[in-house]
Amino acid sequence: MSLRRLGPLLGLAILCLALSLSSEHFLTVDNLLNVFRQSAVNALLGLGQLAVIITAGIDLSVGSILGFCCVLVALMLKAGTPPWLAIPAALAAGTALGMVNGLLLTRLRLPHPFIPTLGMMNVARGLALVMSGGFAISELPGPFRFWGAGAIAYVPVPILVVVLFCVLFHLFLTRTTPGRDIYAIGGNKQAALLSGVPVNQRLDMVYGMSGFMSAVAAIVLAGRMNSGFPLAGMGAELDSIAAVIIGGASFFGGVGGVGGTLVGALIIGVLRNGLNLLDVSAYWQTVVIGAVIVIAVWVDVLRQRAAARGGR
Amino acid sequence: MTAAPAPPPLLRLEGISKSFGGAPVLSGVAFEVRTGEVHALVGENGAGKSTLMNIVSGVLQPDAGRMEWAGVPVAPHNPRAAQDLGISFVHQELALVPQLSIAENVFLGRHPSRRIGLPLVKWGELRERAKALLAELGHDVDPRTLVEQLSIGEQQLVEIARALACVSRLIVMDEPTAPLSERETERLFEVIGRLRSRGVSIVYITHRLKEVYSLADRVTVLRDGLRIVTAPVSEMPHDLLVRHMVGRELSEEAAGPHDSARPEVMLRVDGLARGRDFRDIGFAVRRGEIVALAGLVGAGRSEVLESLFGVSPAGGGRIHLAGREVKIRTPADAIRAGMALVPDDRKAKGLMLGASVRTNMVLASERRFVIRCRNEAAAAARMIGELRVRTRGAERPAGELSGGNQQKVVLAKWLLADARVFLLDEPTRGVDVGAKSEIYALIRALARRGAAILFASSELDEVLRLADRILVMHRGRIAGELTRAEATEEGIMRLATGGSE
Repeated sequence: MSLRRLGPLLGLAILCLALSLSSEHFLTVDNLLNVFRQSAVNALLGLGQLAVIITAGIDLSVGSILGFCCVLVALMLKAGTPPWLAIPAALAAGTALGMVNGLLLTRLRLPHPFIPTLGMMNVARGLALVMSGGFAISELPGPFRFWGAGAIAYVPVPILVVVLFCVLFHLFLTRTTPGRDIYAIGGNKQAALLSGVPVNQRLDMVYGMSGFMSAVAAIVLAGRMNSGFPLAGMGAELDSIAAVIIGGASFFGGVGGVGGTLVGALIIGVLRNGLNLLDVSAYWQTVVIGAVIVIAVWVDVLRQRAAARGGR
Repeated sequence: MTAAPAPPPLLRLEGISKSFGGAPVLSGVAFEVRTGEVHALVGENGAGKSTLMNIVSGVLQPDAGRMEWAGVPVAPHNPRAAQDLGISFVHQELALVPQLSIAENVFLGRHPSRRIGLPLVKWGELRERAKALLAELGHDVDPRTLVEQLSIGEQQLVEIARALACVSRLIVMDEPTAPLSERETERLFEVIGRLRSRGVSIVYITHRLKEVYSLADRVTVLRDGLRIVTAPVSEMPHDLLVRHMVGRELSEEAAGPHDSARPEVMLRVDGLARGRDFRDIGFAVRRGEIVALAGLVGAGRSEVLESLFGVSPAGGGRIHLAGREVKIRTPADAIRAGMALVPDDRKAKGLMLGASVRTNMVLASERRFVIRCRNEAAAAARMIGELRVRTRGAERPAGELSGGNQQKVVLAKWLLADARVFLLDEPTRGVDVGAKSEIYALIRALARRGAAILFASSELDEVLRLADRILVMHRGRIAGELTRAEATEEGIMRLATGGSE
């Protein structure tokens, strides 16, 4: 296994080691399950974001689509829609909003994914506020809450959802031609096009997938919080980008993997949890996380430079 | 700009060694440039030419060895330090800011500013000096023009002007003619002559041996990081030079005449047109035939190839493949129809440099949903063997390979995709001499296996060497057609420049 993939894992291991030495509460089953549960939403968003970033794109709308889907699914449930219908509807809505991002990029030829997804970030958040009147929609039915708060044999369901999607994404990215196309587009869009890769369809799909993952995260989050809150996922797009980048993906595209993104999400989760355990104020936590993002990317830059010297 | 004192050479390198990650790239190289000489530096890709010049220009530091500048030991530790000595590097990928004007680019990072301590740009002076410098190079142009509006050749002149603005006494040029048209090349040669007569020394890196003979005073050959020889050009016959470069005899296979039992037409084009780029394009390429598309830069050759391949589809005209009319709107359509495009710019359009050789090879052929690793690995291994791709393995990134081997990877992609019509745009651009003849052999082998080949090239000797038939383009039209037997350099040039047959 290459250094690129081991680096983030090593960072996570060191972080965990340091925290288990400085707090007796860190290395307990309850706390670790808690960390995983709290990282689930970011990990789910991160998987969609990963696919986008591999194409050298960016999706700023994942947090807002998450908020929109939270409200949508909560409203439907409150109106008496059974979960087996409300959940697929929310997933379809999230996918559709993501597809709109892709279509704006590929059919209207907006110059950079930053633009359509920035627009969608505002539109989806606004729709969430309009639909909910700005209020949280609480008290959701038990069968729905299972996806956020339930457990199977002591393992929280959100963790199982994350594992499932990690496996699916990993297989998709490494074992299918559409997955490889995504890397090819990020590696050299023109060459991919000239090799017959349907670049626009793939980009539409990638942004659709990111919207879909936002909806999955929304269902997990609404279930856990027992409410659909229109401001849910504020700033989550940046956390998801951070997870992907800390996990070794490149903003220039063509590089990145599921393992790294999962580790990236866990690093952020463990860091938040550890700082809480150590009684560091939430304000300082923000500072630390900001610094970690920069340091992680800097280490990556150093590593690449070393690799470049190693090559020709 | 006074001449250096006569005895010591302007630049002397001794025992220069450099390795990357344990692999030696230069071993104990000695190199010397005299004042006012044009010194050609030749060698195959990977021989160490660029590394050596990067050391001279301060981009890289040697692991061992000495560097003397006009008799004084120096060790430029960055490009700025080298510039301050008077050493400039005109890179192959021009280092200009397209959105800025000529004047701003010439003085980039060195704007003459007012004395009052504020970094205010003296625009008037800037423009005048830039204009004067370009005039010295024989180019009269408004220095306020944005660089993005210039042709590649003009941009190169801006780079040379920049080197002069730094009061350079040594200018390193890395394959400067690669992107130039014949006319621009001639102008560059004039400029080089003018610089030489002013006492500026030039190190001229090139793959085109013809240029060595028409331009250089002395030539140095590098091979595998060793200096093989330095000699006056007049004492270095062509064959010997090639032998020094490749370290073996080139088995220059004679272009076998193709039997004239007219095989079927594979590609037929009628009335192809697109806006102002080209019109009335009509021709046919038969199975096993190699047809060249010659002409000056800007005549529309690349545009025709790209539109045939669906990159930017033609507005009018019909395309028949093996007798059936096809509609080609995207590259995917073209590939399904059995066409292949080897683009002129490998790095920008041909390859994913960061992806593995295998991935690059199978990208166009493996379209089934689930990737079958074992099949792909086998296919890649077969291609590496068949095309003699020099790589440390199928899983190594394509960016590691030399230009010629990268080109073979692109060809392998299309062989695996079972292409029957090959469109090659400048198939040997940036490829060294040894790999060049291998690629020629490969193209001939493709034709023998029944492919129809249409290639565009700016190099006349390539056209004459490879083609069975030559279509000459002039300003978006086919100005004439020549068979191999009747074609001469003069004949092609006459058609290409608008003369009649």
